[in-house]
Amino acid sequence: MRKTLLASLATLAVVPALAACTENASPDSESGDARTLAVASTKDACDVSAKTAPAGTISFDVSNTGSDVTEFYLLAEDGLRIVGEVENIGPSLTKTLTVTVPEGEYVTACKPGMVGEGIRADFKVTSSDEKVTVSADEAELIEQATNNYRAYVQDQTSQLLVKTKEFVELYKAGDSDDEARALYPVAREHWERIETVAESFGDLDPKMDAREADVDFAAGEKWTGWHAIEKDLWPARAEKYAAWTPEERATYADDLLANTVELDKRVQATGTGALEYPLDAIANGSRGLLEEVATGKVTGEEEFWSRTDLWDFQANVDGARIAFEGVQPVLETKNAELAEQLTTRFTELNELLDGHRKGDGFVYYDELTKDDVDQLAAAVNTLSEPLSHLTAAVVS
Amino acid sequence: MTTGAAKVSRRGLLGGGIGVGAVAGVAGAFVAGRGTADEDAAAAVVSSYAFRGERQAGIVTPAQDRLHFVALDVTTEDRDELIGLLQQWTEAAERMTQGGSAGPVGPVRGATDVPPDDTGEAIGLPASRLTITFGFGPTLFRTTDGKDRFGIADQRPEALEPLPHFRGDIDDPARSGGDICIQACADDPQVAVHAIRNLVRMGFGVTAVRWSQLGFGRTSTTSTSQSTPRNLFGFKDGTANVKAEEAQALAEHVWVGKDDDQASGWLTGGSYLVTRRINMTIEVWDRQPLGDQEQFVGRTKDAGAPLSGGDEFTDPDFELPGRSGPIIPTDAHVRIVHPDQNDGARMLRRGYNFVDGSDDIGGLNAGLFFIAYVRDPRTHFIPVQRQMASSDALMEYLKFTGSALFAVPPGVAAGEYVGQGLFG
Repeated sequence: MRKTLLASLATLAVVPALAACTENASPDSESGDARTLAVASTKDACDVSAKTAPAGTISFDVSNTGSDVTEFYLLAEDGLRIVGEVENIGPSLTKTLTVTVPEGEYVTACKPGMVGEGIRADFKVTSSDEKVTVSADEAELIEQATNNYRAYVQDQTSQLLVKTKEFVELYKAGDSDDEARALYPVAREHWERIETVAESFGDLDPKMDAREADVDFAAGEKWTGWHAIEKDLWPARAEKYAAWTPEERATYADDLLANTVELDKRVQATGTGALEYPLDAIANGSRGLLEEVATGKVTGEEEFWSRTDLWDFQANVDGARIAFEGVQPVLETKNAELAEQLTTRFTELNELLDGHRKGDGFVYYDELTKDDVDQLAAAVNTLSEPLSHLTAAVVS
Repeated sequence: MTTGAAKVSRRGLLGGGIGVGAVAGVAGAFVAGRGTADEDAAAAVVSSYAFRGERQAGIVTPAQDRLHFVALDVTTEDRDELIGLLQQWTEAAERMTQGGSAGPVGPVRGATDVPPDDTGEAIGLPASRLTITFGFGPTLFRTTDGKDRFGIADQRPEALEPLPHFRGDIDDPARSGGDICIQACADDPQVAVHAIRNLVRMGFGVTAVRWSQLGFGRTSTTSTSQSTPRNLFGFKDGTANVKAEEAQALAEHVWVGKDDDQASGWLTGGSYLVTRRINMTIEVWDRQPLGDQEQFVGRTKDAGAPLSGGDEFTDPDFELPGRSGPIIPTDAHVRIVHPDQNDGARMLRRGYNFVDGSDDIGGLNAGLFFIAYVRDPRTHFIPVQRQMASSDALMEYLKFTGSALFAVPPGVAAGEYVGQGLFG
């Protein structure tokens, strides 16, 4: 997934300010074609193949026959509110805008060169047997989702900071390695829950969460962060490993803490430096966390030395679930069936993970049988497939 | 150049046109809808390639559809045994590429009380444009513990060092390196496998298999007569490849020049071969929205046009601004590996898709077996790979599970054996 959460204003504009919820969206062959329009955007024209379409899900296939990058917008009657848009259409390329719209007056606009108010024309959506109702409180639901998710991320990084401080003290002390080992997966849970946000800081992520294979030693890169310390605490699987001196321990520990302080600072920032959490980014984050599970945790590659992959696994799933639940009220108004399916599948995956709990945590990865791993992998796929449709559904 | 039937035909077919037609049927599903079957058919008019020539076949040869690649370790320390095998391999390769048998007698004409000198699975099959290409790895010249087994250490090209570990490499010695490699490409997988199987068999006692790889669905074009195929991400791959018709570019980027390395004149006119086994996390990739996939690659999925517009062969415009940043994202694959971003370095890529069944958790064990021929890996491969490992959006969906580098000697002249310049 795209690792960016820092939304530009343009991204924010993608979130429609009004919900359009389709009922009985049975494909109606008669008007099906009437809902598929071709748009030719040239240097000085914006030819839409029809000036009207029946209410429902309408597609605009926008071809750029000019020589500049173009964009296409469907605007509300006031010419201000963006109902849907498609950006970055290079010369001689085609992109499609699919948008669900109720009956009413609209404005189409092509923007060759991406500047100005574009080449506009009136567009009419006529009544049809597809009932498209508008819920006026979607803006409120979106704002709520954004605020809740921001609060969640901020809470997790501040907890991460507290536990990282505690962890580096134990690790530096040199005589409390058992306590350090016990705290390691517990502290990392806070990182893993918001991993997609943490990863969006391209400068911090490689310093804090790189695995040994991710480091280009030949190019002079240094391996730092959680996993380097992990290897020092659990050297059993390492070959010819020389344990770090107390000085080296201090260096790596202080570096990790300094980066954690910086991460927390950026997440807590307000004003101009504040992170934005547009709806699509939250939904994408949910999907991204499950991807992390599929590519690293379920295979036991993330915590190669400590074998504490299941803590990370659970934390990724927690983060994905929180993000999903944040956008769930919006999803309910658009695709209740998907919302229900995702709820069920999150529950099933969590029940499966519960079976591997031990004490306050989990069993180690190498205590899982092949069958256990297969079941977990299948449950991840089962959840990931519908989750890959979440973003499109909530911003539709 | 082409030849007709070989002297000793194992296959009872004169010429190979018929066989190639049958192969086009195998690839039919892949070709359908591309409207380029004609171009591929044009390349398929040729039924076989000569083994001997100025260059080894299998480099600028229009990429065939199937691959069997093997890396071997030399198990003897006897120089004459190794030379003997190279001579035997040369003769066998010459026969097989012309549609003949592996050994001089053939699968069914020999004495009944000894095993045949050809394994027989290619009986009745045409040459299928088989090419067999040999290369020598760094450890042939000096073992990892420093031994010069064959008295050739002083002729080791300076650039022939084991590839470094790159970010994202899952180093598996059992799938990497090798003293000698053999690349067999053909339009029929049975023909490619037959070639490797018989060459490996001849080598027992002198060489042992270290690793091997089957591939299908060439992922690159090496000739302007070919259409661009797709990799398992579903995108066209190899649009900007160095092509056989670009003599100037080949001299500059693919063939080792005579002044490139004083110590190893034997490699002049040859090339370096880089192989990388690249696993794709297929299931995760398939969950990426179409728009994101196109952003990662920097091209449209349909036509393969750069996001800056035009058609497949339009040059990407990396400066063209989009709504937020350049229209071709800064981490798009096409930008990261483009010659403009890599001091003009180009490669002749000749990779293949692979599917090796399923992995431990039921995912496809699949991806791209990357093959590139370059004039010097230090300038033409390592910096590009390093750039890709650090900033390519596709890295999120790739795992590098094998890596090797070989020096590929020039072609074999009449009366010579492959690698004679090094051992002769």
